[in-house]
Amino acid sequence: MNFFRFVNGSFKIITKGSASYYAWVTFLILLTVWGGFGYANQLAHGLIVTHMRDSVSWGFYIGNFTFLVGVAAASVMLVIPAYVYHWKPIKEIVIFGELLAICAVIMCLCFIVVDIGNPLRFWHMLPGIGILNFPSSLLSWDFFVLNSYFILNLIIVVYLLYCHFYKKEYKVSFVMPLVLFSIPLAIGIHTVTAFLFNALPGRPFWNSALLAPRFLASAFCSGPAILLILFQILRKITKFEIKDEAIWTIAELMVYAMFIYLFFTVAELFKEFYSGTENILYWKYLLFGIGENHEIVIYSWSSIAMGSIAFLLFLIPGTRKNFLTLNIGAVLIYGSVYIEKGIALIVPGFTPDTLGQIYVYTPSITEARTAVMIFSSGFLLFTFLSKIAIAIVFEDYCIDDLSSKKRKEKVDKVPVTV
Amino acid sequence: MKKPVNYSGRRKFLKNLSLFAVGSLALSGCGPVTMKEFLQKNFRTLSKKEKDEIIKDLEKKYTAKYGKEFHVTDEPAADGVEFGYALDLSRCVGCRRCVYACVKENNQSRDPQIHYIQVLQMEKEKGIDFAHSDVHYNPELVPEEGYFYVPVQCQQCRNPQCTEVCPVKATWQEPDGIVVVDYNWCIGCRYCMAACPYGARHFNWGEPTIPADEVNPETHYLGNRPRMKGVVEKCTFCIKRVRNGKYPACVEICPVGARKFGNLLDPESEIRYILANKRVLVLKQELNTQPRFYYFFGV
Repeated sequence: MNFFRFVNGSFKIITKGSASYYAWVTFLILLTVWGGFGYANQLAHGLIVTHMRDSVSWGFYIGNFTFLVGVAAASVMLVIPAYVYHWKPIKEIVIFGELLAICAVIMCLCFIVVDIGNPLRFWHMLPGIGILNFPSSLLSWDFFVLNSYFILNLIIVVYLLYCHFYKKEYKVSFVMPLVLFSIPLAIGIHTVTAFLFNALPGRPFWNSALLAPRFLASAFCSGPAILLILFQILRKITKFEIKDEAIWTIAELMVYAMFIYLFFTVAELFKEFYSGTENILYWKYLLFGIGENHEIVIYSWSSIAMGSIAFLLFLIPGTRKNFLTLNIGAVLIYGSVYIEKGIALIVPGFTPDTLGQIYVYTPSITEARTAVMIFSSGFLLFTFLSKIAIAIVFEDYCIDDLSSKKRKEKVDKVPVTV
Repeated sequence: MKKPVNYSGRRKFLKNLSLFAVGSLALSGCGPVTMKEFLQKNFRTLSKKEKDEIIKDLEKKYTAKYGKEFHVTDEPAADGVEFGYALDLSRCVGCRRCVYACVKENNQSRDPQIHYIQVLQMEKEKGIDFAHSDVHYNPELVPEEGYFYVPVQCQQCRNPQCTEVCPVKATWQEPDGIVVVDYNWCIGCRYCMAACPYGARHFNWGEPTIPADEVNPETHYLGNRPRMKGVVEKCTFCIKRVRNGKYPACVEICPVGARKFGNLLDPESEIRYILANKRVLVLKQELNTQPRFYYFFGV
């Protein structure tokens, strides 16, 4: 019953808002519907409306999935520096980081569902009623860790907000172990996702031990980039207090992550290009194209260019501490990692294919629309959840605001005490 | 004694109820999948009775759809049989007759087109080199001067990576070595296609189409029965034929006798003779997939 009132209260928060809030929500709903028609087309005709074929059997969907696993992982890993450096609003950082993680994991699962040929048969994966090929298949591991991570974060966030809502002290002995456990699990989801690709000896492009470390490093660039901007917005519109120093420290940590990522990539490139085995073909396709086929080159170089500019902007103290250039850098690194995971990771793994044939893949309009559907509904969910969290955490929205009767009592009581 | 029975009954009921709810919700917006089909279990967990019933339903369904008397069987692997294949690279002329015999025998979709056998044209100067091979060669006459041909299909590996990665155990290796797919259990995630080093797995990207007058009505449940949209399929050494003592369609059609097939466990078989007396090779040996599909130079 108490919980029902909490849900009810939360629901009331998301239905009320300013004109710009309604405009934003309407915009996201329109985008979701526009994308949804694209997905409906795919449901009706099958995956043939995508540009994936037998040669390139995974594409943009799996790329988006991989990217979002990184976002989910990194937003919680941000708790580590918050804890180590004793940033003041650590509870708030935990709450918003985990809200982002929850939305990212939901979007991940959506990208899996739209990618599979028989979404109706998704229940075959559920343990108990279906058959999960555990532990042999890395996909079953991924399914397992993603769901655990999702449930864990959901429990933490709902518990913290619930306590706030009922104006109770939360039990540190309950929350702290869960938060501490969510950190290795965050590393776990991204590692397992990297292993998903890594586990395939038939695909030399992914069969490198550096893949998982590179995944983690790149996630630590893109995940905090979103939070960096979110924290600045929160600071403006609520009484959320985060010092400039904390934001700069996040940016500094991102520089380390970018440097490590760069180093790993250079190490990979050196090994491939200096040894010059036949496996070099995949990198050649990615960076220069093979023969007449240059379609993917624009993606890889735009990712490299955006990443390099962001690295410089974050590296130079003057631009790191200027909020305009900092935010430009955050957007650029986000875009860079998005293209890298969305296209540049998946497609060269399949091109040339296992028999040496080249099928040129770029996403179809249906794939783009389906991705828009998932991203805009994910953003919508994140907007709602953030709004609830803002109201409860910063505006002291609580159980007393729920029933008008109680509020009246409160008002009645005031003159008496005075 | 009573309690567990009760419990499992209730659990089963709840399970069915929840599946029914999800199913009916999902089905309301989707194509012609029956509730029975939706709830069907993995082939390997079905009882004999359930299998028989499913097969009967399928025969009825296919007969109605194609206007031909259909037979669907589920003969299991015979004891003491392990199939092996050998292909003579010095004889193959690249005529692709095997490709089309396979399409016909195994009811592959014509549009969108699915081919289990990919014939690669390679330059004699370069040897076996996938990067410089061409699957779309199209001259007036084959073989072309300076080229040789390497047909590739499922290698029926002893150490198959495709079955290992499947998240729902929809594909497995039979006791006679054939790797099969349960089309009714496959969720279409295509992880197996990413795992296969030979491009042997094919996906039904759209609704498969087979002209009714070309359809092959003699089918095996785990092999050449017509498939549906959104599932993976592959070469099964013509499971329907080879489990009834026949050669695969590609072996039978080959005009130059480049394709050899037999029981690896039978010391008198032709395949054993080839393994003992010819220099054989397997593709991508370094991946340790250990194929049952060998290539050799006979002349």
